[in-house]
Amino acid sequence: MLKINDLKVNYGGIEAVKGISFEVPEKSIVTLIGANGAGKSTTLRAIAGLVRTSGGSVEFMGEDITGKDTTEIVSRGITLVPEGRRIFPDLTVLENLKIGAYLRKDSLESDLEWVYDLFPRLKERHWQAGGTLSGGEQQMLAVGRALMSRPKVLMMDEPSLGLAPIIVRGIFDIIREINRQGVTVLLIEQNANMALQTADMGYVLETGRITMTGTGAQLLADEKVKAAYLGT
Amino acid sequence: MEYAISILLSGISVGGQYALIAIGYTMVYGILRLINFAHGDVFMVAGLMGIYFTSWLTSVMSPGAAVLCSLLLVIVMTVLLGFIIERVAYKPLRSAPRMSVMISAIGVSYLLQNTATYITGGQPMTYPSIPFLFDTVTVAGNNIKWAVLLTPVLVIILVLALTQLINRTKVGMAMRAVAKDFETSRLMGIKINSVISVTFVIGSALAAVGSILYFTNYQSIVPTAGAMPGLKAFVAAVFGGIGSVPGAVIGAFIIGICETIIKGLPSAWDVSVFSDAFTFALLIVILVFKPTGLFGEKATDKV
Repeated sequence: MLKINDLKVNYGGIEAVKGISFEVPEKSIVTLIGANGAGKSTTLRAIAGLVRTSGGSVEFMGEDITGKDTTEIVSRGITLVPEGRRIFPDLTVLENLKIGAYLRKDSLESDLEWVYDLFPRLKERHWQAGGTLSGGEQQMLAVGRALMSRPKVLMMDEPSLGLAPIIVRGIFDIIREINRQGVTVLLIEQNANMALQTADMGYVLETGRITMTGTGAQLLADEKVKAAYLGT
Repeated sequence: MEYAISILLSGISVGGQYALIAIGYTMVYGILRLINFAHGDVFMVAGLMGIYFTSWLTSVMSPGAAVLCSLLLVIVMTVLLGFIIERVAYKPLRSAPRMSVMISAIGVSYLLQNTATYITGGQPMTYPSIPFLFDTVTVAGNNIKWAVLLTPVLVIILVLALTQLINRTKVGMAMRAVAKDFETSRLMGIKINSVISVTFVIGSALAAVGSILYFTNYQSIVPTAGAMPGLKAFVAAVFGGIGSVPGAVIGAFIIGICETIIKGLPSAWDVSVFSDAFTFALLIVILVFKPTGLFGEKATDKV
């Protein structure tokens, strides 16, 4: 569904991503794991059109979308839940959800119901300003907001960042649930353990290069991965 | 008493005219964090356009129709001017440091002033006496121009319409989102540049309306005629808490009224000449006690 070929990105004068290739098959969950500065975020931002690529290509459903602007990419069905959630603090919860569907002209009712079913807490708080929610609720809102665009591919940048373990488990349950309902997921995480348990396929990213590939279970069992990312 | 009423009415009216300019400053700041120094000059150019369009159109149609068409044309062309300024002078600097954009704004300001000097030869031009707006009516023994009475009403209507637009429409929601976070707004599919253009269009349209009311009152226009009202409106926007539309409007009314009262104090006291200095002294005092202005946000910087 999403195919990355030899992607290169220069970021602030350094080559943050040095020619990586990977694939995200339809209806799968794929994860990129790696340390801080490995180029994970930059990869997602390049796919979303937020940063310019300096080489390689991004293919989505058979079409080249390299260098297209973000609006175009979002309208084709790729969306990104940014690192640190980045909800709009002054907009109400409902407005945050509606703005996720900014490009859509059809009725939002059924999708609002869908998001409220996934996150009943958001329905209770729909009139509150987004900034008044707790960290976990803001993450739910960020995911709900992204889902409102009816994405084919949902990209998530560190959804577990700064959240309590119990909340993190909840978030990953939701990721699985969203995926079961047909949304393809590309996830990057420092919490490699949770990510690999959830993912069908995993890639290990080190200083801008992919150094290991395997199914989630294979990588979880790999000694090097264990030592470097799982702390066991 | 009659004198007091006339002072108050004129203060409210001047305040309303400042408000129409101040909204442009505050909205642009809210979205771009840019103090658009050219805004006062756009206001001046709108005034000059009023003069030239009216004189051209009077030669081809009846005077009444000419004035009406010219006013509409002034609003349309001012909007176009604001739009072009943003696209040419600010948009290419979107990722440049804020100071560069500010210098670009100062450049545009002088470009407009110099062009105005070139076209008018630097001579003061006289604004046309617009029928009805220029006519007077007797209120409590004072002869007051309709423009003076109409200004606050018009300001209130326009501000209410604007707040509805910002709070209730999709484009308004996008404006509030873009003001907070460019990048996340892009991820929602919002076209940042279109939203910024809309902001400039609204600001320029209001400045055009402001110019019609203001220059109907003070009929002479020189190339620097936008500088003082522009500066006062900017002060009003800071006073109200820059970025906040209601703040700018309230700030503008307070400044307009205070300024007119000082100008109207008995001439034996000899203080009227200090009215402008007073405006800025007021700003300093307010900012000492409330650095973010009356309605300012606590965290003004972008994340």
